[in-house]
Amino acid sequence: MATKRVGQSTIVYSTPPVIVSAATVAGPKESEGPMAQWFDETVPDDMFGERTPEKAERRFMEDAIKIAIGNAQVLPDQVNMMFAGDLLNQIISSSFTAEKLAIPFVGLYGACSTSVQSLSMASAMVDGGYADLALAVTSSHYQTAERQFRYPIELNIMRKSTSQYTVTGAGAALVGASGGKIKIKEATIGKVVDMGIKDPNQMGPAMAPAAADTIFSHLADTGRDPEYYDAILTGDLGRVGAEILLELMVQRGVPLGENYADSGVLMFEGVRGTGVGGSGCACSALITYGYIWKRMCQNKISRALIVATGALLSPLSWQQGESIPCIANAVVLEA
Amino acid sequence: MASPGAKKQKADERAKYQRLAASIVPKPPLVRNAVVAFVVGGLICMAGQGVMNAFMSRGLSQDQAIAPTLATMILIGAVLTGLSAYHHIGEFAGAGAAIPITGFANTVVAAAMDFKREGYVLGMGAKMFIIAGPVLVYGILSGVLVALVRWLYRG
Repeated sequence: MATKRVGQSTIVYSTPPVIVSAATVAGPKESEGPMAQWFDETVPDDMFGERTPEKAERRFMEDAIKIAIGNAQVLPDQVNMMFAGDLLNQIISSSFTAEKLAIPFVGLYGACSTSVQSLSMASAMVDGGYADLALAVTSSHYQTAERQFRYPIELNIMRKSTSQYTVTGAGAALVGASGGKIKIKEATIGKVVDMGIKDPNQMGPAMAPAAADTIFSHLADTGRDPEYYDAILTGDLGRVGAEILLELMVQRGVPLGENYADSGVLMFEGVRGTGVGGSGCACSALITYGYIWKRMCQNKISRALIVATGALLSPLSWQQGESIPCIANAVVLEA
Repeated sequence: MASPGAKKQKADERAKYQRLAASIVPKPPLVRNAVVAFVVGGLICMAGQGVMNAFMSRGLSQDQAIAPTLATMILIGAVLTGLSAYHHIGEFAGAGAAIPITGFANTVVAAAMDFKREGYVLGMGAKMFIIAGPVLVYGILSGVLVALVRWLYRG
């Protein structure tokens, strides 16, 4: 009988690991937004001086890791393992970066839920005594995601009313048993939820039920109210998805209040040409490790529920007419 | 295995959710889109007519002027794509930018630029027509079908 868990789907870390350090590297559009001041590095050229956007994405990830371990004053070979994932086929951003840094590597794919997925796994390894230091890393890039999932960059297409804009950047968190202020207390592993949305331009509406399901399970498992948290942050629902989530939570009888926000909405508030908000693995990672973690270190936020949402489709699956299965994973950060 | 009852319940839940989502998803501004597409598409066609008139004023007949006009418009569409300008017109004007032949040029050049990184053979050569391909296939197919009908009718 597993002892470090509660309810149906929530892990309780018995000696909660801490975020020793975290770092974010953001692209040009992200740096135009209201969150720019919270990022450790902003890069004005989304190609990062590289020949291909895929190489550029790796540079974002590499920099995020280097800043995170540099701030913690450790060397790469002191990091026992790295959990990382991204949106590209065979998660090449993560594996190529892991090769460069020579840190033992576990590759993950959770689409845009990878930030929380990797953080919960790294925390489990530290709590279980299998690692002193473990990294949780993720990245995304507008150009690589467009090429992977949509159309060529220069193609003339009009955005749909629900289109989102993939965030360019990377976030990394170094998790350890001690040496940090912000604890990772619990994690809720989500179920894959598919409510039959088929249009890949409607990621927000597709993912909202998964977010609602995970938040609801988390609150039920822990016996808490939404008000227990100073902040409840979803990953990349965008304005439309966030509105649907609020409605779903009302229907389930646990309405979310003023403490609720969506990373995708926060990222691009007032930035032109970004549709209904940001998306991508880096979206929740940048807001969580940039804004939330730093506000927690400043004692402005003491409890946060981070819910990263992912749409688990592939271009093949939607072209074959399949609907979009989605997932949401959650972690609790506490000062 | 899910029982038929559970399956039905799941289908009902999905239908209910899709109605909720559809009620919250903002409607596309159809009138605005149609007007902008008409105006921008019209302007592109006027530019095309201007090019054609210029060729005709140099002594080409109308039939002779068609090919150089199309080539010129394709060149303009291709250059604007290369300068990273055409997709802005497309984002603003939708079908107004996509339907004229400049839009067709854009689909080919955009794909060529994108896939060049995977090499000239396996990338650009193989994937240049990834967007334009269906237009060619079904355009040629419908041309053949129409010609066939005409041939059968006229004997």
